[in-house]
Amino acid sequence: MNGTVGRLIINRLGLGILTLLLVSIGVFLITNLLPGDAAQAALGQAATPETVAALRLQFGLDQPAPVRYFYWLSGLLSGNPGISLVNNVPVAQLIGGRLPSSLLLAAVTAAVSVPIALTLGITSAMYRGSLFDRVVSVGSVAMVSVPEFLVATIAVMIFAVKLRWLSALSHTGDIASIGQFLKAYAMPVLTLCCVIVAQMSRMTRAAVIDQLSSSYVEMAGLKGARPTRIVLTHALPNAIGPIANAVALSLSYLLGGVIIVESIFNYPGIASLMIDAVTTRDMPLVQACAMIFCCAYLLLVLAADVCAIVSNPRLRNR
Amino acid sequence: MNIMSDSNAVVADNLPPAPAVAKARRFPLSVLSLIGLCIVTFWLLMAVIGPTISPYDAGQIVDADVFGGISRKLWLGSDYLGRDMLSRILFGTRYTIGLALAATLLACSVGTALALCAALAGGWIDAVMSRTLDALISIPSKMFALMMVASFGSSAELLILTAAITYMPGSYRISRALAVNVQTMEYVQAARARGEGALYITCVEMLPNMIRPVLADVGLRFVFVVLLLSGLSFLSLGVQPPDADWGSLVRENIAGLGEGAPAVIMPALAIATLTIGVNLLIDNLRGKRARKD
Repeated sequence: MNGTVGRLIINRLGLGILTLLLVSIGVFLITNLLPGDAAQAALGQAATPETVAALRLQFGLDQPAPVRYFYWLSGLLSGNPGISLVNNVPVAQLIGGRLPSSLLLAAVTAAVSVPIALTLGITSAMYRGSLFDRVVSVGSVAMVSVPEFLVATIAVMIFAVKLRWLSALSHTGDIASIGQFLKAYAMPVLTLCCVIVAQMSRMTRAAVIDQLSSSYVEMAGLKGARPTRIVLTHALPNAIGPIANAVALSLSYLLGGVIIVESIFNYPGIASLMIDAVTTRDMPLVQACAMIFCCAYLLLVLAADVCAIVSNPRLRNR
Repeated sequence: MNIMSDSNAVVADNLPPAPAVAKARRFPLSVLSLIGLCIVTFWLLMAVIGPTISPYDAGQIVDADVFGGISRKLWLGSDYLGRDMLSRILFGTRYTIGLALAATLLACSVGTALALCAALAGGWIDAVMSRTLDALISIPSKMFALMMVASFGSSAELLILTAAITYMPGSYRISRALAVNVQTMEYVQAARARGEGALYITCVEMLPNMIRPVLADVGLRFVFVVLLLSGLSFLSLGVQPPDADWGSLVRENIAGLGEGAPAVIMPALAIATLTIGVNLLIDNLRGKRARKD
């Protein structure tokens, strides 16, 4: 770590914060463009002009949009993103109850998918052009271009209906043993892994192949080093940066997949909370959930960039 | 078949005689893309004539047995109300393909047009447009779609618009990179020196020379849009009943999952064949470009 790397990373962080600010403006604009406002929505059919006006005052809706934006933003930053319109519970409380289970699902998925994807990607790069490589690459293209719910339904068909190993729904309420934990998480994690492993192994394969076609690898081959040794001690250390980049970027696909997966398995996470909020048009909740997802996405992209900067040896000795 | 071999012949005419190896490798590629072309043509045809050839009406209850299996009377089984699944899928083709096609064409034409403007204008206009659209990319596509549906409700126009806005920046990026490259070519500079107008240069000199990668990108984006819209419909936030696209068909029959009913799997398989077919088709477009280079 030296001056150049530090400066690049700080630059990238600053850009990330700026993007997040722009995204928050975008989220606020999209959810506030409609003429009908939250007060009207909350009162529904029973709205009289007086009650709407009173509620507007209570929500602070009589103020101009920029003022409301800053109130909303400062609320978000201080951990108080408003009150749910549907059941009058603070949004922070609703999210707080659901966020840990979503994070757990994401962590388990990452822990399972990263080793599998790296092994698949590296081995298929080593045996490029072989039957194994072609099977993996056709499989991953097919997996990427197929909707997540097809993977999920096929998994349910096989494991819950035909084999009867697992139940079709994910019951996370009463987990007492490791066996129950596996039963509850196997299906959602399996589905999410399929999509992510496909992405990640493709990108890993490309990164390793990129290194394998360089002249120092050819040199090592001419010296008579074994293929395994070439890949493990020569190519991999130089491919770490691109691979870390690939891992972080592929994990951002998790954010899209988790929405479908939580919905199909009735998993009590933040994505299913947001879908409910969208269905009932509970705007404060939608805004807060959207900001959490956008934050997570930007963090992963940022992590990918920082990995690429830190592991670039050309920046190290300046 | 004719279209593919004709365009191959045209490409071959313009190139120096290909070595024997390249000729031998061309065959398996076009077999795969031919399969892709067949699948895509089949579904496009179904989108147009599907409702007229379907055995039953989409809303007609034809069987007392719900979630029935595959039989001679009902080729793809029956759904949760005992309606014919084959007819439901054929009627849904129009929504899945129509909405996605409209959104893709909108996204790609606006994206390409903006990219050409940016490349021609250069300077700060280019910088501002690129930065703004980059910011749009940093909202994940499903998130953006969920927010749009939450604020504006779900209608066909909104779905098209949402998908178009989501995938327009990507199309802009690719077209801008292509346009900037093409712009430095001698024939564009020659046209400039001749004193041609900006419109002539874009339409006659630049656009035809970037059309192939742009078309491959249209195909790829079509796949993304199909996946996004059917995902939304699957969350019952997309196409609203009584209309149903393939995503909604999966959702409304999800209760049959426990019985292993074909009503759940068949519409999802229809989406998969469509997206894989498009992928096979555009792989060949890309392959051709690689061979040309």
